Amino acid sequence: MAVDFKENEDLVEEVLSVYSEKAKKNRKVHFGINDKENCGSCVTKSNMKSLPGVMTPRGCAYAGSKGVVWGPVKDVINISHGPIGCGMYSWGTRRNLANGEIGVESFVPFQFTTDFRERDIVFGGDKKLEQAIKELHELFPTAKGMVVESECPIGLIGDDIEAVAKKTSDEFGIPVIPVRCEGFRGVSQSLGHHIANDSIRDFVVGKGEVDDSKKTPYDVAILGDYNIGGDVWASMKIFEEMGLNVVTHWSGDGSIEEMKITHKVSYNLLHCYRSMNYIARHFEEAYGIPWVEYNFFGPTKIKESIRNIAKLFDENIQEKSEKVIKAYEPKMQEVIDKYRPRLEGKKVMILVGGLRPRHIVGAYEDLGMKVVSTAYEFAHSDDYERTTKELEDGTIITDDLNEYEFVELAKKLKPDLVASGIKEKYIFQKMGIPFRQMHSWDYSGPYHGYDGFEIFARDMDLAVNSPSWKLVKPLWKK
Amino acid sequence: MEKEEVKKIKDWMNTEEYKEKNFNRKAIVINPARACQPLGAVLCAAGFENTMPFVHGSHGCVAYYRNNLSRHFREPLAAVCTSLTEDGAVFGGQANAFEGFKNALTLYKPKMLAISTTCMTEVIGDDLGSIVGGAREKGYLPEDILAPYANTPSFAGSHLEGYDSMLNAIIETLCKKSDANENKSDTINIIPGFDTTTGNINEIKRILKIFGASYLVLADYSNTLDYPLNGEYKLYPKGATKLEDVKKCMNNRATIVLQRFSAKKTAATLSKKFNHEVRIVKSPIGINYTDEFLMAVSELSGKEIPGEIEDERGRAIDSMTDAQQYIHGKKFAIFGDPDMLVGLTSYLLEMGGIPKYVLCSNGTEEFKKEIEDLFASYSEGEGEVYINKDLWHLRSLIMTGPVDMLMGPSHGKFAARDAKIPHIRIGYPIFDRVNIHRYPLYGYSGVINLTTWIVNKFMDILDDESDDAHFELMR
Ligand code: SF4
Repeated sequence: MAVDFKENEDLVEEVLSVYSEKAKKNRKVHFGINDKENCGSCVTKSNMKSLPGVMTPRGCAYAGSKGVVWGPVKDVINISHGPIGCGMYSWGTRRNLANGEIGVESFVPFQFTTDFRERDIVFGGDKKLEQAIKELHELFPTAKGMVVESECPIGLIGDDIEAVAKKTSDEFGIPVIPVRCEGFRGVSQSLGHHIANDSIRDFVVGKGEVDDSKKTPYDVAILGDYNIGGDVWASMKIFEEMGLNVVTHWSGDGSIEEMKITHKVSYNLLHCYRSMNYIARHFEEAYGIPWVEYNFFGPTKIKESIRNIAKLFDENIQEKSEKVIKAYEPKMQEVIDKYRPRLEGKKVMILVGGLRPRHIVGAYEDLGMKVVSTAYEFAHSDDYERTTKELEDGTIITDDLNEYEFVELAKKLKPDLVASGIKEKYIFQKMGIPFRQMHSWDYSGPYHGYDGFEIFARDMDLAVNSPSWKLVKPLWKK
Repeated sequence: MEKEEVKKIKDWMNTEEYKEKNFNRKAIVINPARACQPLGAVLCAAGFENTMPFVHGSHGCVAYYRNNLSRHFREPLAAVCTSLTEDGAVFGGQANAFEGFKNALTLYKPKMLAISTTCMTEVIGDDLGSIVGGAREKGYLPEDILAPYANTPSFAGSHLEGYDSMLNAIIETLCKKSDANENKSDTINIIPGFDTTTGNINEIKRILKIFGASYLVLADYSNTLDYPLNGEYKLYPKGATKLEDVKKCMNNRATIVLQRFSAKKTAATLSKKFNHEVRIVKSPIGINYTDEFLMAVSELSGKEIPGEIEDERGRAIDSMTDAQQYIHGKKFAIFGDPDMLVGLTSYLLEMGGIPKYVLCSNGTEEFKKEIEDLFASYSEGEGEVYINKDLWHLRSLIMTGPVDMLMGPSHGKFAARDAKIPHIRIGYPIFDRVNIHRYPLYGYSGVINLTTWIVNKFMDILDDESDDAHFELMR
């Protein structure tokens, strides 16, 4: 389809026309029209401060550290260190599924907090933290570690959580990991990912032993899959059928014990580049472990990814991989035959975090849908570099797209489906536009892997084609 | 881990010994039923016409409130913030606040910005008064934009105090002492408090309409957080409390406060500063408290309790007596916000149920006393009330001294599952059931709803668990 760049540029210009000069200048550089030939990462500016006073979709460093990276690790206790709110709001809201007996093997569905009160702010909270860790160790003796996630006040009142962590770690013989992810650090959750990655590097990586005789050349780690609705399990199934041995998965259904031995794998397979590229690079630099990115959304990308990964291994794996692709082809064709006619040509607008604004494009395309705009909450230029090639020229790409802009863009682009988060969901549904939450899979999933695609296709169809949307206008107004 | 080892530990967690350890903890809170102050402030602001909640702090906090409230109501929730970052921590947040005012006004054209704080701005000590004053002076905040502000530190109180502080700030900002006079209108103000059951607010309004009484709900989000889907997204849906009405509210006949514990400051301001009559009633849950509420309305409006409502009462009593045999003697654990718990305790006692554990993460000694008095007034009183305890305490309680049912917000589901008991969703937040918040707990309608939910749940279980012989048609 030929794209009228000018038309889209005008459209963006119109959306931005409401701003004051200063705000407009700020926002304009975060909008780009995809032009693969001429621009990769330069399509928009990124990782900059949000405008105050607008409804940015972004969260904070704490959300990136606790919510995203550390939260899913099931055998550690995540302590939300500070006042009650942060831990409360991030309790069970990311859908990181984990196997294991709750309270013994898995601490994911908990909210542990030091619940700061006035006196802790005034006199400092180190003593309280120490006592809290002691109590937790008594009440949950099987926890394999504790992670102290700092909320806003900690960094402002000058507490020394590192010292408390060291002391209690020595005393109880388990890792106690201080994470300086106060919400005011950085401009979004992105810095939180980085801070959490660094804490893993410093306190976890390389700390475990493996019996070298048990090692195989096929040992791999999954990085950057948070097991939303079971994504990790759907992905592992494919890797295992390819003949690979998934030693550990970070951090969905993850375990600190397994994270400790990740330095022994042959390859790191990276799904969410944004939140875990840091640790992948560290493994490469410190242990010489190569890493490869992959995309397990939709059969086209899955096939590409399987082949890319198989290339790293011997013929045996390559053969098996081809068999995997072949084995699933009929099933995938069936799914496409069922849903594509119902979704062909439907327009999608995307705003999500991490990897999805580019990674899910292929899955939509497998269903014949067309992504007309995509946006990231907290991407960096390397994300945009990876994004532009996934999209057709002329697609609108936006960074830190706020609610006002999103709504105005949608009024003009008239999408058939919006793929974004809970804050956005009901806005678009009020407009009568079908919507899927693409952080939490809208309480469905998994969406990764072959098993996931079937569910993804069903969900997109049930959103777009629900008869309920046809009832928005009453008979007497039709 | 070995299966047996896991089982051993899990079994130990269900013991008296573990309970004792658990109740001894001082520093760590595990699974609390309590949110932070600004969330309450944001909810309160959402009840006013053309008002944008404006949070001074980093955007992580605001993203959390919007998520949390949207998940409960399944509605959009608008709120902006000053997006403070590290330099804000060093230099203070004034510059961001100014810019934030400007952008929010251009984009969202509110009549009022309802300003609250977060941990960060409280700790760095930003002074909202001087920020708002400075913004007025420098033209970032035109005079015609109302800008009530409240300090909402999350290291004190809970969402209840945040709600109260914001409502208080709005009244203090909009109502002028010089406008207060003795010429009272017939209108009765209603302060629902932090109540996320929109059905409650609607029920109160319905009752007052039947009375033929004029009323003003202060912080009415029953429409803004439950507005019709008709193809249009509205930033400020209609039906919120009108600002012009707020300005005159101290000259209305009186104010009925439906939640003692989330409107203390506001109640004090109205009565002390404006010499306005304030009636604090128990949340009208159950027959007795509904009766009391109606008598207060009758007295303040000078109108008889309408026959239509008396009929409703009769029907509610009918529904209770029809169903009482299924609740009588059953034990309940209930948790959530204090006012709801007082009402629920009263209702359960009216039904012959036993509210064995009443647990409140944000309760005060005053609340505790209210519950104890209720226990004392019924012979069944074998209840225990716990304040400043969390759901991990609750778990220990119900694992060592079993009950038949748990009632409270969604977060209780883990404890209920461990104890293998049913869990009726009620209160805030409800994330895992649809539409519950649309059904009133208040009034005689609320009595019927509660009775329906509780009894039918027991009956479902009875059917599920019956063997062939006992799987009967009639229950
Ligand atoms: S930082 Fe403070 S104000 Fe913000 S969500 Fe956490 S507890 Fe609430």
